[in-house]
Amino acid sequence: MEMNQYLSIFIDEANEHLQSLNENMLRLEQQPEDISIVQVIFRSAHTLKGMSASMGFEDLASLTHEMENVLDLVRNDKLKMNGHIFDTLFKCLDSLEGMVQDIVGGGTGSADVKELVAQLKQIVKGEPAAPAAAAGQAAAAGGTSELAMVATHLLLDQFQLSVLRQSIENGSPAFHIEVTIREDCLLKGVRAYMVFDALERNGELVKSHPSVQDIEQEQFGHQFSVYYISRIPQKELQDALDKISELESVRIVPLDLESLSELDESRSAEQQIQEAVQQAAATAAAPSPAASADAPARAPAAAPVANKTIRVDIERLDSLMNLFSELLIDRVRLEQLASEVRRNDLTETVEHMARVSSDLQNIVLKLRMVPVDSVFNRFPRMVRDLAKSLGKKLDLVITGAETELDRTVIDEIGDPLVHLIRNSVDHGIETIEGRREAGKAETGVVNLRAFHSGNHVFIEIEDDGRGINQPKVLDIAVKKGIVSPDEAKKLSDDEINMLLFAPGFSTADKISDISGRGVGLDVVKSKIESLGGVVSVTSKAGQGSKWSIQLPLTLSIITAMLVKLGSEKFAVPLTSIVETGIVQRSAIRDLHGAKVIEYRKSIIPVLSLAAVLDSPDYSEENELETEMLVIRKGEKLAAVLVDELIGQSEIVLKTLGKYLTNLDVISGATILGDGQVALIVDPNALIK
Amino acid sequence: MAEDFKVIVFTLAHEEYGIEVDKVRTIERMTPVTRVPKTPVFVKGVINLRGVVVPVIDLRSRFSLPESEPTENSRIIIVAANELEVGFIVDSANDVIDLNTDMVENPPEVIGGIKAKYLSGVAKFGENRLLILLNLSEVLNRSEIIQLEQFGA
Repeated sequence: MEMNQYLSIFIDEANEHLQSLNENMLRLEQQPEDISIVQVIFRSAHTLKGMSASMGFEDLASLTHEMENVLDLVRNDKLKMNGHIFDTLFKCLDSLEGMVQDIVGGGTGSADVKELVAQLKQIVKGEPAAPAAAAGQAAAAGGTSELAMVATHLLLDQFQLSVLRQSIENGSPAFHIEVTIREDCLLKGVRAYMVFDALERNGELVKSHPSVQDIEQEQFGHQFSVYYISRIPQKELQDALDKISELESVRIVPLDLESLSELDESRSAEQQIQEAVQQAAATAAAPSPAASADAPARAPAAAPVANKTIRVDIERLDSLMNLFSELLIDRVRLEQLASEVRRNDLTETVEHMARVSSDLQNIVLKLRMVPVDSVFNRFPRMVRDLAKSLGKKLDLVITGAETELDRTVIDEIGDPLVHLIRNSVDHGIETIEGRREAGKAETGVVNLRAFHSGNHVFIEIEDDGRGINQPKVLDIAVKKGIVSPDEAKKLSDDEINMLLFAPGFSTADKISDISGRGVGLDVVKSKIESLGGVVSVTSKAGQGSKWSIQLPLTLSIITAMLVKLGSEKFAVPLTSIVETGIVQRSAIRDLHGAKVIEYRKSIIPVLSLAAVLDSPDYSEENELETEMLVIRKGEKLAAVLVDELIGQSEIVLKTLGKYLTNLDVISGATILGDGQVALIVDPNALIK
Repeated sequence: MAEDFKVIVFTLAHEEYGIEVDKVRTIERMTPVTRVPKTPVFVKGVINLRGVVVPVIDLRSRFSLPESEPTENSRIIIVAANELEVGFIVDSANDVIDLNTDMVENPPEVIGGIKAKYLSGVAKFGENRLLILLNLSEVLNRSEIIQLEQFGA
């Protein structure tokens, strides 16, 4: 089979299942009694197993298979979840995730799962009393019928039941057969095969437990059972089976209509669905009529997933975006030409085209929007593990997970968020004793929020921990030479908080597993800034701190002010421009060696863009009045002198490639309507 | 084993140079170049290559040869190596020839003032023609650019 074309689907779906497994495991940990969650987990695990097996990822399949065995006992009330089982299952999920990652990276998805498998097997075996008790219970509930015992783990779906019922009505006998193979049997798979062979020669198999596939792979204990429609009487059947050696016992129980209806009643609606999914996922390997029942039975289970979306390869979206940006460039060019040609019908057509293309632009941009949930969803698990390893109690409250961000931003924002959340959990939230002493609830709360505001998306991480220890921050900053002692005295609280983002800063007294990995908040800051975002922090001692990240909606198309310096054109992103205006040469004053002007009753520095960019053929020195842009970075303002303002334009961001990197003031390039390349000035780099 | 390979031949200050054909993406006529501030002198700037912004290097300047004004024959050879895509401004480019590894000798220490490390060899072919083969990874070595930036060059 051509695997490559299925691989990306497999990876996507595997990731989805892993995510759902993680989420539901966390939910189950909160409500361990809720069997319906176990059902969901079981279904996910089962589908994952089926997918992995059909793609040939053996280790994935075998690990999920063992997980399934444990979950099977849990959902049938034969095993109670406990801390050990949770930890083991979480470890399994980690391992599965690792394997899927390996597959993503082009690997074979193989991993050493022996230890985990052994642990899971131990869990399955480690409760010898449980199955007996369950069986006893079932027997009591089901009255005298021997079928009741098997009914709990060998449920038939509606179709299979009706097949059995019909055959009994037509006079051909139906049986439930339980075969036990001797413990010392060497090739139990072969024995099982011989049993199936004998059965298939004399009748029809309706259902087997475990599935035929599992039995063929020797993935069963020493016992299996089947529902069977026979063409020969029970006596002959018994003889035929008894001929097979190394069988401990063969127990044949004839079925009648009464026992069938008993079976029918014992099924819950939920189990039906689960059965159907299980069947569907187990592929058509089972040579029983059950296979044909899959299609109708599966529909209700699949319904919630089947919303009206399609998966699109991100590369195709990227090339759509690229093509679109070409169109945008041509549009600007056409607009220029139309304004020169001044022909009414041409102008009208171009205007119409401009409208259509800006609608198109909105749609293309929306196509690339992904809910932040795809990043947020990994945090509950992370916080759980962190809290456990730190011996803290805490809740992560996520709001606004449906908020959408451009795919390119989503891909990049994960690491900074991981860092900030770790920071909150490790440094922010106190230990249980610490919280008790401070008169707070034992359980700390970390809020993770996302919301839209204007042209930006905000992500906030707020904890109710101890807050930032500002004297300590100052102390360290002075010691490390980040600020001088004199400067330190003048800093406002917010400015002190911002010191945390200085390179090389760390308040951790000791390097723990969680923080102090050599990655500081400065990396977080530069990452967010590279995305065109801003990060800030506010804090109240003893009450907690709040980290706030402001991100642009998209990175690919921005509105910019085009400016001219002599023969050269540059673009300045509009988001950081506060105002444009004209400044008289005489209004520029010298203040302690720096040039400043008065702007709305405050004094702001003046920068010459021509000087910053080493302009070859322009200098404002000789001009009486110069055009300026007032730009903002956070709270700081500055006036930037330029030769001429060309006007506002939508531009498509392009990188300068890998050869030209670390350019201080230039953040990228764009192609103008005339085909020329214009460089994009990074206003953040202008204000130091 | 002697292997055949193809090279693009271009000239620079009356000498012939070669770049293996599989490293060359395309050869373009001179187009307007946008200057990029705060880069080494030999980085002339960036061009618009059908929607993609590509940096261009003046190869004369890169090799410290006397610079000259672009002419009718000037070409930009777009090369791709080590995940980098860069254009070289050359005096002219108009030939593709077949070479054999047997024809290539190690470069002599000094050729026309170009440092030997930029060269991967010298090929003798035809009637007394000499072709200087470029060592692209050295020519595009970014650590050297960073050094140059630090010295304020």
